[in-house]
Amino acid sequence: MSELPADRRYTKDHEWARLAAGEVTVGITSFAVEQLGDITLVNFDVKAGDAVTTGKSFGTIESVKTLSDLFAPVSGKVVRVNADLATKPELVNEDCFGKAWMIAIAPSDPASADALMDAKAYGEFLKTAAHE
Amino acid sequence: MPDPPPRRTSLYDQHVALGGRIVPFAGWEMPVQYTGIVDEHQAVRKAAGLFDVSHMGELRLRGEYSSHVVDYLVTNDARRLADGQAMYTCACNEKALILDDLIVYRHSQDDWRIVCNASNRDKMARHFARAAKDHCEYDDESDETALVALQGPRAFEVLAATGDDARRLGELKSFHFREATVGGVRCTVARTGYTGEDGVEIFCAWDDAPALWRALIDAGRPLGLKPAGLGARDTLRLEARLSLYGNDIDETTNPIEAGLGWVVKVEKGDFIGRAALMEIKARPLPRKLVGFEVTGRGVARHGYPLRDLEGREVGLCTSGSPGPTVGKNIGLGYVPSAMAEVGTRLLVDCRGKNVDAVVVQTPFYKRAK
Repeated sequence: MSELPADRRYTKDHEWARLAAGEVTVGITSFAVEQLGDITLVNFDVKAGDAVTTGKSFGTIESVKTLSDLFAPVSGKVVRVNADLATKPELVNEDCFGKAWMIAIAPSDPASADALMDAKAYGEFLKTAAHE
Repeated sequence: MPDPPPRRTSLYDQHVALGGRIVPFAGWEMPVQYTGIVDEHQAVRKAAGLFDVSHMGELRLRGEYSSHVVDYLVTNDARRLADGQAMYTCACNEKALILDDLIVYRHSQDDWRIVCNASNRDKMARHFARAAKDHCEYDDESDETALVALQGPRAFEVLAATGDDARRLGELKSFHFREATVGGVRCTVARTGYTGEDGVEIFCAWDDAPALWRALIDAGRPLGLKPAGLGARDTLRLEARLSLYGNDIDETTNPIEAGLGWVVKVEKGDFIGRAALMEIKARPLPRKLVGFEVTGRGVARHGYPLRDLEGREVGLCTSGSPGPTVGKNIGLGYVPSAMAEVGTRLLVDCRGKNVDAVVVQTPFYKRAK
């Protein structure tokens, strides 16, 4: 397992959320990438300006083996989506914590990301998840 | 009744040591991947891959009437096989619906081995045991028999690198088999497979499999061999349009509509399902299993509805995934015969989104001879 960046929060759906300059940037974690395997397609059901709701799907990610939903970690308005992923889904395998960010959200409540797990808590969560 | 606990093949520890990710499959704990499905898929297409398929069932029929029993239960013609020859076939019920797809091996006129799917082992064991009763000897050898598949263009180089006896295995013809010693292990080597590549499937005693496996891994590593899991097995067989029981064929489908008419020999004499198969062949087929390519943004998956361009549901996708070698999202599905023509456009309902697809020639991938 690679290092979990400490500058962001994490969800039980194995996504990360980084709050900076009033925006929450969202992506999936290295654990999620490992579970999915080779990513072949990232589809967003939202575009800039659309509303997203905590825990609701904003798109899907397909690997060779399976399809998985992408869930919004916070409610708010989509500021932008990562258009690079449409043509380069392999970025998710290469750099899930960086270049393969998925969407940026202007949260309706800037404090909502605080409710998510920090890196330490997510690390603990992974340990229990691995033994399920 | 609760499900019995999952079983492990004798290679389980090898899989774990090689970093295999273990998943439940047909009552077994099997590796779905080691380094990654695409990586393993490409290794099989370009060099070689090694699969554990010990979960499959092996049935044995022996005795004076064993050939008649085998031939009566399968759609293909077992009587044209020579000693040391094998064939792919379906076993149907009396309605011509597919009970399983099998490989039948003729060791001799009085000695036959049947390999069936893991998911169908109990059903096929009962089916063959019942037919054999009072006519020939019958054994379910599944628990004593391990099976590994060595597949890829360098498969025979890998075999040769394990030692003397294995060097001559390159002389085996397709769908032929013989006894051999590989890596010090007595085994039966058959030139068969489920990947669309050249290669072999190797039977040995259950407890000998780890020695055989390690010998092949060690000999094969320098040649580019990789252990390969169920994930790559699925993408490889789909590109080669090899049917998967439980997905593309089952007890609701017949061999003719599934494109398996080439293993149905109604002229061979009586067998289970023959009358129904003759009726099916005498009439136009209502539906056919076709291959399609998803041209829009989406991946077809097992169970997704297929629609015509007006949006009417016309069938179901039975298998679908990205095809790593063909570089496209591909799938198989049953459609009305009127829509089975190559070039026919259809829609795949990917969880509520209709994505464009087109019927294409299969196999999606064919190896250069």
